[in-house]
Amino acid sequence: METTQQTESKIIELKPFADEMVVNMGPQHPSTHGVLRLELKLDGEVVREAIPHIGYLHRCFEKHSENLSYPQIIPFTDRMDYIAAMNQNWGFCLAVEKLLEADESRNFEVPERAEYLRVLICELNRIASHLLSFGTYGMDLGAFTPFLYAFRDRERLLLLFEKVCGARLTYNYVRIGGVSEIIPMEPGSIAEQNYLDEIEAFLDYFEPKIDEYNELLTKNSIFSERTTEVAVMSADMALSYGATGPNLRGSGVDWDLRRDEPYSIYDRFDFDVPVAVDVPELGAVVGDCWCRYKIRMDEMKESVRIVRQILAEGLPDGPVMADLKAVRPPKGEIYFRSEAPRGELGFYIVSDGTPKPVRVKGRSPCFSALSVMQELSRGLMVADIIAIIGSIDIVMGEVDR
Amino acid sequence: MSDFRVMLASPNFNVSESFFPNINLQDGLNWAEEFIQNVVLPRLPEAVASHFPVELGTVLVMFGCAGIFVAVVPLLPLVLVLAERKVAARFQNRTGPMRVGPWGVLQTLADGVKLLFKEDYIPPQGDKFLFLLAPYVIFACSFAVFAAIPFGQNILVSDFNIGIFYIMAISSVIVMGVIMAGWSSNSKWSLLGSLRSAAQIVSYEIPLGLSILTVIMLVESLSMSEIVASQSNGVFSWLIFRTPFTFIAFFIFFISGIAEVNRTPFDLPEAESEIVAGFHTEYSGMRFALFFIAEYANMFAVSAIAVTLFLGGWEGALPGYDILGGLPGFVIKTSALVFLMMWLRWTLPRLRVDQLMNLCWKYFIPIAFFNILGTGIWGLIFPEDTLVSTGISCAIIYIGLITAYKIAGRTFAERPAPQPS
Repeated sequence: METTQQTESKIIELKPFADEMVVNMGPQHPSTHGVLRLELKLDGEVVREAIPHIGYLHRCFEKHSENLSYPQIIPFTDRMDYIAAMNQNWGFCLAVEKLLEADESRNFEVPERAEYLRVLICELNRIASHLLSFGTYGMDLGAFTPFLYAFRDRERLLLLFEKVCGARLTYNYVRIGGVSEIIPMEPGSIAEQNYLDEIEAFLDYFEPKIDEYNELLTKNSIFSERTTEVAVMSADMALSYGATGPNLRGSGVDWDLRRDEPYSIYDRFDFDVPVAVDVPELGAVVGDCWCRYKIRMDEMKESVRIVRQILAEGLPDGPVMADLKAVRPPKGEIYFRSEAPRGELGFYIVSDGTPKPVRVKGRSPCFSALSVMQELSRGLMVADIIAIIGSIDIVMGEVDR
Repeated sequence: MSDFRVMLASPNFNVSESFFPNINLQDGLNWAEEFIQNVVLPRLPEAVASHFPVELGTVLVMFGCAGIFVAVVPLLPLVLVLAERKVAARFQNRTGPMRVGPWGVLQTLADGVKLLFKEDYIPPQGDKFLFLLAPYVIFACSFAVFAAIPFGQNILVSDFNIGIFYIMAISSVIVMGVIMAGWSSNSKWSLLGSLRSAAQIVSYEIPLGLSILTVIMLVESLSMSEIVASQSNGVFSWLIFRTPFTFIAFFIFFISGIAEVNRTPFDLPEAESEIVAGFHTEYSGMRFALFFIAEYANMFAVSAIAVTLFLGGWEGALPGYDILGGLPGFVIKTSALVFLMMWLRWTLPRLRVDQLMNLCWKYFIPIAFFNILGTGIWGLIFPEDTLVSTGISCAIIYIGLITAYKIAGRTFAERPAPQPS
């Protein structure tokens, strides 16, 4: 290397294009879904480069975890993806339980009733999460009404969650070894029957609504024009960036951990995994914003199917918590992944046999999805950036952790 | 004129054929002077009347009339903002504002008072003069449009012989205010918004003007009152039904009008989710309120112009049935169009910039030119507006609508429900 170049300061001088405008979209911006900052380099309305800057919501989840006992970490997972907090709790608990199972002296097993309750609640939370995604996506593209429709339905789900755990946003419901017993629901009691009836009433109300929302937004010609063939993410690109969940299936890759690596009791239920296909009537091609969005709409139906199967079977009798004296996993490490609404949620835990973990690492689906942003947005327009952010459905709490 | 004098001067208030006085600036200053001479002076005591300064009185009367106009027209946005919120609420299964006053009717008033007391922020790095000027340019222009709109028989401020041209000219100046606001704010979002707005308004002015041309070709006048007068023979003499081409022109006019007033699906200049609030991002307090009022005034004005040009203005659906000078009919027709705009706003997503331009340049402008050609040929075939020509026109419109419905229905039926799984 020539040393003269480094000494001359003029050579390092930034030389942007003459008509380039650098705009900071965020961290205070109506549609960055939290506190994301996008550094846009614009040529008029056309985006030359969109560089996501993250870290505005970093709350040291991983470092905190090293100083807390395992049950104390669960409320922190609530704050990761606060839209689907049940699934986050569950993802962490699954990892810890896997570690506990390694200790053969304990003979530890999650009770049947708790497994059913977990699937029930987490699938409902998946619906709530996708509803919010649907609503905000409509609002990002300028349609305000779907947002309020989505929140109206989500409100009923939040009331259902409130009835089991007392909270509307940060549930802390799924615990290590079962689910919380704060609000007791005796097996076979009237309270349980009422609760299941309420869920059934919600499903009966909600299932036709999905079709209504498809009519309102999905098949709307302006909506499809805005989203189809925009930011096409090929299957290769999705895999190489580590996109998971609806983003991966939106690119045509048939992969769902609930079916392909069944954990908990998912192998007992009958459900389909929606995968994107070309829809020539609307001009949608596999991997575009419309397909990613549509996968979520279809997944809500599948979640309804799973919940209906649980309701038909009824909750089994038994305790909701395993008999755990103290959560003290044996020495070892574990990486366990589960299918959260936004994709593969993994927890890597290193234990040294003490009640506190040595290291906890969360694998955030949104973080991987957000990394595609830069490549997807090149050469698109400002309005398309919004369409991409909405379609990859990020929650900044989970990206930053 | 004479009716007005008769009405006020006679003690027993006879309602003659026209109820409202003709406040018509076209007659020069005479009307105010005549008003003083014939109405005011006879009622004053002899001693006062002989020393009454007629010239000063004339000016006062004119100021008074202008004051009524300036006081009444801003009430429109006040009502429209509330209506918008209520309509939106109904579309979204809500109740809308309910706390201030019965059913929340005073909500906009409360909001206005709140905005009045807000800090008036001026960006220190911006162009202060232009920043202060921009809201007034937009506000003044959007209200000046109302001067040429005939609200009813003889209820118009000024009956220019170039009324519609004046409206087009004045409403084009609004874009200057938008650019001023965007440039002077020294904010990138404002700049993007104002440039979007400039491109959009300038583009959509073309189909708007071209569809107005079809009307002018048929009426052979630019005067708003003459355009209304030519539609006085009931619903089938309304210009929208006069020829099949004006029927198309009405829709082009209305959609371009929505684009002109920046409402969804064409609200790109103030697209909240993309460019924060567009050209008025940096404005606060009363200056923001001026933009807001102007927006709603524009919305009403565009609807009112559409009604005047295509839907018979203040003329009733049956010839001769124009109650109270046609004012209620005019308001109902305009409100219906305003409601349609709200309906669209709360249903549709927003277009992208290139799609917006495509719609304008690739579809609206060619169709508008075709309309002009068609209207010219129609005028050659039917030089007079007769029962036959109206009948043929209505038949063509009817057949066209049925065909369009069939084609649309078939494509919707053929379109299978997208089910990727």
